[in-house]
Amino acid sequence: MEIKVLGPGCAKCNKTEKLVQQVIKETGVDAKVEKITDMMQIASYGVFGTPSVIIDNEVKCTGKVPKKDDIKKWLGK
Amino acid sequence: MESETNPSFQGKGKINKMMALNLLIVAIGVYVWWTVYQVLPDLSKWLTYKLLPIQEGSHLGSSVEFFLYDTPKVMMLLFLVVFGVGIIRSFFTPEKTRAFLSGKSEFVGNIFAALLGIVTPFCSCSAVPLFIGFVTAGVPLGVTFSFLIAAPMVNEIALGLLYGLLGWKVAAIYLGTGLFIAISAGWVIGRLKLENHIEDWVTQANAANLNIQEEKLTWNDRIIYGWDAVKEIIGRVWIYVILGIAVGAGIHGFVPEGVMASIMGKDSWWSVPLSVVIGIPMYSNAAGVIPVVEALLGKGAALGSVLAFMMSVIALSLPEMVILRKVLKPKLIAVFVGVVACGILFVGYLFNMIL
Repeated sequence: MEIKVLGPGCAKCNKTEKLVQQVIKETGVDAKVEKITDMMQIASYGVFGTPSVIIDNEVKCTGKVPKKDDIKKWLGK
Repeated sequence: MESETNPSFQGKGKINKMMALNLLIVAIGVYVWWTVYQVLPDLSKWLTYKLLPIQEGSHLGSSVEFFLYDTPKVMMLLFLVVFGVGIIRSFFTPEKTRAFLSGKSEFVGNIFAALLGIVTPFCSCSAVPLFIGFVTAGVPLGVTFSFLIAAPMVNEIALGLLYGLLGWKVAAIYLGTGLFIAISAGWVIGRLKLENHIEDWVTQANAANLNIQEEKLTWNDRIIYGWDAVKEIIGRVWIYVILGIAVGAGIHGFVPEGVMASIMGKDSWWSVPLSVVIGIPMYSNAAGVIPVVEALLGKGAALGSVLAFMMSVIALSLPEMVILRKVLKPKLIAVFVGVVACGILFVGYLFNMIL
């Protein structure tokens, strides 16, 4: 599973990344997390709110810090 | 496990119960808020002169009383306004705003863009992706700028603070003139036909229209959304508010009456442009600058000059230019700053003239 957290490095984006990492650790899901901070790359995903979470090329949420339970659901746990 | 944690999977009765509980908490909260708000003036006096060994009528006393009164007052007002606007914002998303604006003609589009700028959730760190999203979806450049000018300038923090510190009239003037600048500056930029001054990669960017599932929010969710906004925003700005009020308190107690009249008064023609120029490199948010502004007004500064200063600090900031440079060529940035600065000058002179 490939997870991408998009965000230029604002507080919310960092929080989102931490949360995703935490959920992965807790659930033991095999996933790779990548943080994308480059504006051009962020734009290429077509999202315009940050932070955004993309899992296997599917946009899961934009413009807010997701809830832990939501992340678990996306990971199939 | 899902059924335990996600309210939407629970029975209807349970949701209603939770909602009733939340509404009750909100009602009690408002009542407690109101009661505390009423006793603040007496409380600050008592703290300053009875609890602390400060003499009534001294410079220090005047400063300390100002600080002890304004800090809790501003915090409480912010709390209420951010919560209320948070609930309103739960009805809007950047995606919906974009879809709405992409079909609008220019002038009408500018007006809607400025209005939507107030209520659409926005963070300056996502200004660039948002800009790209708007432009690639066919929102006219000028309309996009109306949104980008209004969103940071006319916000709930500024309005809440102005209302609390300077009264509803100043808050209304700020709202009206802020919208006016966003609409007219965006319209002018649209007329100038500068589309070719957007960086090339932007127009080639993926304009995919994402179908992100629209979440159905219950009132319960909206209350939680408002509460989250309070935690997030107050957590971010409280330090600026306190610093701003501390500086304001210092000015209030120690700067002689009327000294600002000569610098930011209405009689000197250069006070408005000077206020704008000083404001650009200053990077502060509404939370930090408004308590200072209140103190300046008390010392004889004219409302027009002070409005110009405040708008310049909030709407034109160097860090934002740096961010926007990624999508705009230098000439377009210069036009953007120039047009907005002209709008601010106009507002400044107008209010120095009529008040």
